[in-house]
Amino acid sequence: MTQNKAGLTLAAVFLAISVVLTGCGGGGKPAAQVPAPASTGDQPKLDGELNVFNWSEYLPQEVIDEFSREYGVKVNYDTYSSNEEMLAKIQSGASGYDLVVPSDFMMQVMVKKDLLEPIDLSAVPNFKNIGDQYKNQAYDPGNKYSVPYMWGDAVIAVNTDKVKRPITSWKDLWDPAFKGKVVSLNDMRFVIGATLKTLGYGMNETDPAKLDQAKAKLKELAPNVKVWDSDSPKTSLLNGEAWIGLVWGAEGVLARRENPAIQVVYPTEGIGLWQDNMAIPRGAKHKRTAEAFMNFVLRPEIHKKIADAFPYNLPNVEAQKLLDPSVLGDPQVYPPQDVLAKGEWLRDLGDTTQLYDRIWTEVKGQ
Amino acid sequence: MKRRILGLYSVLVYLFLYAPIFVLILFSFNRSKLNATWTGFTFDWYAKLLHDKPILEATGNTLLVALVSTAASTVIGTAAALAMHRFRFAGKRLMEALLYIPIVIPEIVMGVSLLALYVMLGMELGLPTIIIAHIAFSISFVTVTVRARLHGFNRYLEEAAMDLGADEWTTFRRVTFPLIVPGILSGALLALTLSLDDFVITFFTAGPGSTTLPLRIYSMLKLAVTPEVNALSTVLLGATLLLVTLSQRLQKKEL
Amino acid sequence: MTAGVGSGLTRARASLRRLPFLSRLMTRGSENGRAYLLLAPTVFWLGLFLLVPLVLVAITSLTVRGAYGETVYRWTLANYARFFEPLYVQILWRSLVVAFWTTAICLAVGYPFAYFLAQVPRRHRGTLLMLVIVPFWTNFLIRTYAWVVILRTTGVINTVLQALGLISEPLSLLYTPGAVLVGMVYGFLPFMVLPLYTSIEKLDHSLLEASSDLGAPPWRTFLRVTLPMTMPGVVAGTILVFIPALGMFVVPDLLGGARTMLIGNLIQNQFLTARNWQFGSAASIILMALVTVGLMAYARSFGFEGEELVG
Repeated sequence: MTQNKAGLTLAAVFLAISVVLTGCGGGGKPAAQVPAPASTGDQPKLDGELNVFNWSEYLPQEVIDEFSREYGVKVNYDTYSSNEEMLAKIQSGASGYDLVVPSDFMMQVMVKKDLLEPIDLSAVPNFKNIGDQYKNQAYDPGNKYSVPYMWGDAVIAVNTDKVKRPITSWKDLWDPAFKGKVVSLNDMRFVIGATLKTLGYGMNETDPAKLDQAKAKLKELAPNVKVWDSDSPKTSLLNGEAWIGLVWGAEGVLARRENPAIQVVYPTEGIGLWQDNMAIPRGAKHKRTAEAFMNFVLRPEIHKKIADAFPYNLPNVEAQKLLDPSVLGDPQVYPPQDVLAKGEWLRDLGDTTQLYDRIWTEVKGQ
Repeated sequence: MKRRILGLYSVLVYLFLYAPIFVLILFSFNRSKLNATWTGFTFDWYAKLLHDKPILEATGNTLLVALVSTAASTVIGTAAALAMHRFRFAGKRLMEALLYIPIVIPEIVMGVSLLALYVMLGMELGLPTIIIAHIAFSISFVTVTVRARLHGFNRYLEEAAMDLGADEWTTFRRVTFPLIVPGILSGALLALTLSLDDFVITFFTAGPGSTTLPLRIYSMLKLAVTPEVNALSTVLLGATLLLVTLSQRLQKKEL
Repeated sequence: MTAGVGSGLTRARASLRRLPFLSRLMTRGSENGRAYLLLAPTVFWLGLFLLVPLVLVAITSLTVRGAYGETVYRWTLANYARFFEPLYVQILWRSLVVAFWTTAICLAVGYPFAYFLAQVPRRHRGTLLMLVIVPFWTNFLIRTYAWVVILRTTGVINTVLQALGLISEPLSLLYTPGAVLVGMVYGFLPFMVLPLYTSIEKLDHSLLEASSDLGAPPWRTFLRVTLPMTMPGVVAGTILVFIPALGMFVVPDLLGGARTMLIGNLIQNQFLTARNWQFGSAASIILMALVTVGLMAYARSFGFEGEELVG
């Protein structure tokens, strides 16, 4: 029975710890925790609660706290790490979330599947702060369902200490000299997209013959790739496992902060672009509050605060003006106009997604 | 001699088990946020941890879920193990298959299909739905472990007890139960470990505000798992080790 | 606090003694009836929260995928047929190989270790056992990342070996099949050690002594007495390691560089990136059916079941 007792003691203490932590973390009954509104003047009548489902490391806690303080709303903030996880959860129909942040192509899917509520833009007056080139995207003309949140790109990052020759093209990743020295996003669409670019095609190609060529080409890249990593490709660049890579632009910039030899390169064929958007799932219980939250995020000083905390790019031109000139003027952070003009957005490809999946499985399964 | 070799070997296994733990602890003092290279010593992450409400809340949720689901699945799983070991009954083969399913089922399949079920039943997602899921996947791990202990169990001991006038319940309580305690304990430890770490199934069964630690940590991947998580792990690890020592001391005193 | 736990324990014991329901359960009724009573909670729980959802999965696996991943209720077996294409069979085979080696190494490493745990003096046993499991209460991801730090080019192992002058160039350890195996064995070792321990711990040492008294060499005693008697632990351990290892893909992704696709990746991808729940469901059902059948045959071949009452 002595082992038994050890178990019980442990259990009791575990329970105690968990109760204490949940308590001091402010869990328990949400209603009891609602802070009193700081100002009640012109604000619309809001619910006491808002359930936000966002990418993690994408919204600083202090912004959430500020919103809570100002509007007297308790924010439940949960996170996901891929569009598809979010989709799987939202399409169940009863996730309980009031605000989600889908990327471009996922917006398209969610609109098609009728998973989103139309947004009342009159309740989001700060929408006017958004730059024209970020509004009216092909996936949501007129911004019926989406309000831009952040955007970024997929680029090449290279460690110039290890790679002496100039890097200009996606094709450079195929250089036999980089055998086992490449880190690549583990993202089916962007990787096949970059491969298509080397062949002179677009990132949203649906022609099976062209995709077949891309498959053959991508199989040639496989031996060069030391690691496929969408989550934190900068790590392999920083610790020397990889010399060059197909990475998120923000990852390249973060890596450069730690090691100045790492530089961001925009391939001449054109970079990949993405944009994340705030949207309201169908049936959300706190729609007005979600819109108030969107409006709050789009305030220039708030939006700027988010970009300060996380290294993605602002679609909010008023907020951009508040940025340190060294950030806005850094061509490795905010790509120059000609690079942007040649960049491409991903679209959802409907049934062709299956073809992409097949290619991906064959390359990884060989 | 033989014993010494075995002891030495076991020290090596412990080293293997703790090697990553040492690294984890070391990096909780690393200045760099990126967890990639060592840049300098700091206590900052521990200080930050104290004020990080979301992560403390998630830790509380995790422990609560783990504890409740372990307790429930240990009781349910042990009962199943006893029945499977003891009795011949119609449908045993089917039961056998049913008990293997939670081990066999791919996590994501269990996650999305449970989510569909909860929605069909109109259940609100939250800690209870997470706990239900954790119990479901833990039961079989307990059953398999307890059955390994029961296997080849000496029935004569029980018969002897009954010959001496004990009823079957007393026999269970005084003879069978003490003998299978190590099996139950092992099963419970496995269930606890599974629950503390589960990400996929928890992700799909969690609702607003019921985030657990693995959920927080996995989604941090996009930027970097900060050393704050290492700091948290270090604190929890220290607390657990302290408890283990403490309970050991207590037992010795009582013996 | 100590007093609280102590009195709680006494109370727990007392209530254990007083539970009339359990007591009746153990003493009355037919075999069938008693078995069903003990199994009722399991049947309820697994039936409702596992079987019913599985029926949904089975239905999905028989339908057609619409252009945006929606279910079109037109019955088909195409999703099942697709799984038997060489591409997918190859992926399944590779996963089986990885799971096999993980299990074999876990067994080889874990058996002597469990033996050690089972024969240390009783008063240390609890502590040593706890020490095995405690590392696994830290987050899985953090632990795996720690392995990255140990194995990488500029990592702990290479630094130490270079400092000792044993190697001049750093070894390439991370993102190799070896790294995957290390990570897998590390992750699953307790699932092998604990069942082995419970089985070895009850080993009747008089039998071992009898064997050696009769002149059997140690290896023979091990093969003829120890191993057969601890076989239930071996069977339980291999089950608890092999099956989860078969579906595991996070370790291969993080330590192997995600360079090869395993069955776990395949299924995950179908449910997420490919948004093809139909094929994902079919693949899962085939996998589960194969493994369950294999498992039951394996368990039975060692008499793990059907040893109810020795008649």
